Amino acid sequence: MQVIKKIGLFIFLIGLTIFTILPFIGKFKVTPASLDQIIQEKGISSEIFIQKMEENVVGEEFQGMLSLSPQIAQILQTANARHRKDKEYKKVIYTGAHDMAAAVGKASGSGFVVENKGLMWFLTFGLGILGSLLFIIPNIVLLGKKGIKNNGIYHENATNRGWIAWLVFVFLVSFYLVLYFRSEYAVNWTYLVDPISEFLSGNPAGHWFVYGFMYCTVMTVMAVRMYINYRHNMYQMVRTTSVLFFQIVFAFLIPEIMVRLQMPYYDFKNAFPLDYDFFFQWNLKSLLNSGGIGLFILVWGIVLTLVIVPVMVYFFGKRWYCSWVCGCGGLAETLGDPYRQHSSKSLFSWKVERWLVHGVLVFAVAMTLMTLYSFFTDSGTVLGLKTQSVQNTYSLLIGAFFAGVIGTGFYPIFGNRVWCRFGCPLAAYLGFVQRFKSRFRITTNGGQCISCGNCSTYCEQGIDVRAYAQKGENIIRSSCVGCGICSAVCPRGVLKLENGPLKGRINPTEILLGNDVDLMDLVNKK
Amino acid sequence: MEHIVIIGNGISGITAARHIRKLSDKKITIISAESDYFFSRTALMYVYMGHMKFEHTQPYENWFWKKNRLNLVNGYVSKVDTTNKKLILQSAEEIDYDKLIIATGSKPNKFGWPGQDLKGVQGLYSKQDLELLEANAPNSEVCKRAVIVGGGLIGIELAEMLRSRDIPVTFLVRESSFWNGVLPQGESQMINEHILEHHIDLKLDTNLKEIIPDENGWAKAVVTDKGETIQCTVVGLTAGVAPNIDFLKGSGIETGKGVKVNNYLETNITDVFAIGDCAEQHEAIGNRRPVEAVWYTGRMMGEVLAQTICGNRRAYNPGHWFNSAKFLDIEYQTYGWVFGEKSKKDHEQHFHWRHPKEKICVTIAFHKDTQQFLGINTFGIRMRHEILDRWLTEKRSIAYVMEYLKDANFDPEFYAQYEENIVSHYNSQYGTRITPRKKSWKRIFSNI
Repeated sequence: MQVIKKIGLFIFLIGLTIFTILPFIGKFKVTPASLDQIIQEKGISSEIFIQKMEENVVGEEFQGMLSLSPQIAQILQTANARHRKDKEYKKVIYTGAHDMAAAVGKASGSGFVVENKGLMWFLTFGLGILGSLLFIIPNIVLLGKKGIKNNGIYHENATNRGWIAWLVFVFLVSFYLVLYFRSEYAVNWTYLVDPISEFLSGNPAGHWFVYGFMYCTVMTVMAVRMYINYRHNMYQMVRTTSVLFFQIVFAFLIPEIMVRLQMPYYDFKNAFPLDYDFFFQWNLKSLLNSGGIGLFILVWGIVLTLVIVPVMVYFFGKRWYCSWVCGCGGLAETLGDPYRQHSSKSLFSWKVERWLVHGVLVFAVAMTLMTLYSFFTDSGTVLGLKTQSVQNTYSLLIGAFFAGVIGTGFYPIFGNRVWCRFGCPLAAYLGFVQRFKSRFRITTNGGQCISCGNCSTYCEQGIDVRAYAQKGENIIRSSCVGCGICSAVCPRGVLKLENGPLKGRINPTEILLGNDVDLMDLVNKK
Repeated sequence: MEHIVIIGNGISGITAARHIRKLSDKKITIISAESDYFFSRTALMYVYMGHMKFEHTQPYENWFWKKNRLNLVNGYVSKVDTTNKKLILQSAEEIDYDKLIIATGSKPNKFGWPGQDLKGVQGLYSKQDLELLEANAPNSEVCKRAVIVGGGLIGIELAEMLRSRDIPVTFLVRESSFWNGVLPQGESQMINEHILEHHIDLKLDTNLKEIIPDENGWAKAVVTDKGETIQCTVVGLTAGVAPNIDFLKGSGIETGKGVKVNNYLETNITDVFAIGDCAEQHEAIGNRRPVEAVWYTGRMMGEVLAQTICGNRRAYNPGHWFNSAKFLDIEYQTYGWVFGEKSKKDHEQHFHWRHPKEKICVTIAFHKDTQQFLGINTFGIRMRHEILDRWLTEKRSIAYVMEYLKDANFDPEFYAQYEENIVSHYNSQYGTRITPRKKSWKRIFSNI
């Protein structure tokens, strides 16, 4: 069994290595036809750009994106500088250098990777999946009897912030940086999943399709790990199945199929304000121009946020969204599960959390109000602030850096819910409902707590669960996503996630159940 | 300002300190030689097993103590001078007190076995014991085999710990079945099976005779009373604990097994109190033992004594007995009294149900004449403390308990529920026709 695991790890690492090398290799040969295609797609009217491209790029063979990308950036810059100088603003190209390089790259890739998409898919994704499953599945036997499987978490380099954890950190951060800021380097990855994308939506894959496909793959593989680790705990089994379902069907398949059906790309479960650009002008326009389905999406998006989400939180707590439906939560609960113990439980972190997460909510709401004002009044500024720049700032700082680079990249170091805890505006909104008007609570079982600290250690949201449990007090916290792990790891059966009447939900006590009843009456009911 | 000095920073001492602080402005000093800050002793096993780091066992952050004006002194009290109301530490430092709380807990029992003080022989109680175990048994290379002597809660925890690092374990249990002094037969039998499932070499009915040293004074083997010699590197002595009160000799404080206290947790000396594992009641309360070495009772005594210290003199008058433990993968909870075969009284009758495949079982004790519900043990099923406490207070009948059993279930959502099976088993055994009622939130929360 150990041998199978080692072979699995080896195969996984080969797949990962090939995947990692891909951005740096490959041949790009721009033909006149592919240049025309780009000119058409991007609506380029700059003759300087076209001329320079024809002179320096077309017909040449570039070895790897590292040589092609700077060329294109330079041509783009030269052309735009000239047009600006000559005040020919209509000819200025607003596509960024990296997007342009990605588009050119995608249209001009040639050679082994492009010609062997299926094989390359197998050598990257295929080996990755195969290797990790070989690594994970022997645990059915190796982990022994069903029960809590946390042995050695703090002895293992990978789960105790050792060098492996730091390597994973560097890899994830780099991956997200490429995804958000250097998409041209993802071109080779897009070829791997072209067949899948074409099958689903009819279009070749872009780098976001790579991300979506990878997201589903990673979640599925790591869900297998969850099923094995928590096979004694039905709540975890059902919940894992639920997040997996919503990710694959709602976040991945339905939007792609909608594109095939000439409908707008939309993830029906992605609620505003997590879906922060829902009310952006381009989206509203696109929805309004999409006929009935566009209107339906518009109404659905508003009803989802204003009615469905809070009502469901009232009945079930925010867990129904955060750890049963949400994609960010889904990744955190599968890929992130081995790192859940790293969330800080200090009071200081809690203070930072409250300022940050509510700050982001205020930011998101303010930005949206500005956006709507601009949309309805057709004015680009509100109180002297340019709506567009506020949106860009949010997209960059919150959408890309916080949710992506930090949110996932920092898993191995700060735990798996950094984004959900410190940044997600939707979580902040649901948190208010959960804290003040919800039937959900984690019930503390009378006086049974022994203060061992397993619950707090494994709380991904950094809640000091024990602080409540050892006082015999129910846990009512806006940040709780109801993952149920505190209840799972409790050795004494103290914690239960449940929905019950509002009355008595918050029950601070001085003296715990089991002691002198008269004393309890005296102290607790004063 | 009155100076309250507490010896011992375990759950009893710290609970007392916290509650005194809530109720008053008294000066509070807590002395411990074991650790700088309070930690949960019950969690030490998880540190060895790699579930947690030591700092995770500390329920309060380090700033907590200063903020709440709880002075922490790291020192070992070597003498208590009750005449002059002062403590002398090993460092010769002296600390005056107005009121003294002794909360020094326990130490592992040693019954004079030959070789019991050899290197590699240890108990598992303190932080130092954990550190010692880490040194003695870091892995299965260094520790080829461990022998554990004593089949109680600490013994099985130690076995689980060592198995988590793949160290072969032999488990010597004096009784004919695991912990059957406390557990009824069916449950004890189930745990025996579970111990074997974890590849622990369980030797029932077996006592330690001696521990044999090697040339360097390390334990190298144990000899049992069956004449068997077992080669090993580490010997764990887990045959129960006894109050840790040696330092009180000559202080004038009356001691027996522990520090003798009355119902008010007062010793024979005015202004000196004892709580937790180290206290011994003059007369046992109800079915409880005079020395209760349990986390919960330590905490309860701390809660009560804080009232007395702060001017509201109250007797220690605990409510219904409850306890919990975990045997490897099996959680155990008990409410009320369910006795093992040896100490079971004549009127106490047991109803036992065990799952045909899973390691899940329930034993309910009731009075065979009055049918009154006396207590319940559950293995692999969590129960709601509040409900069982209420039923015990209301002196419900076994039939009532069966009928409303679903209200008491505390397992996580989506878990398989066994109440139907349990009740139908009960019906077939006693010829009754009870149908279990649906769980009702209204009943569960009816006291609010």
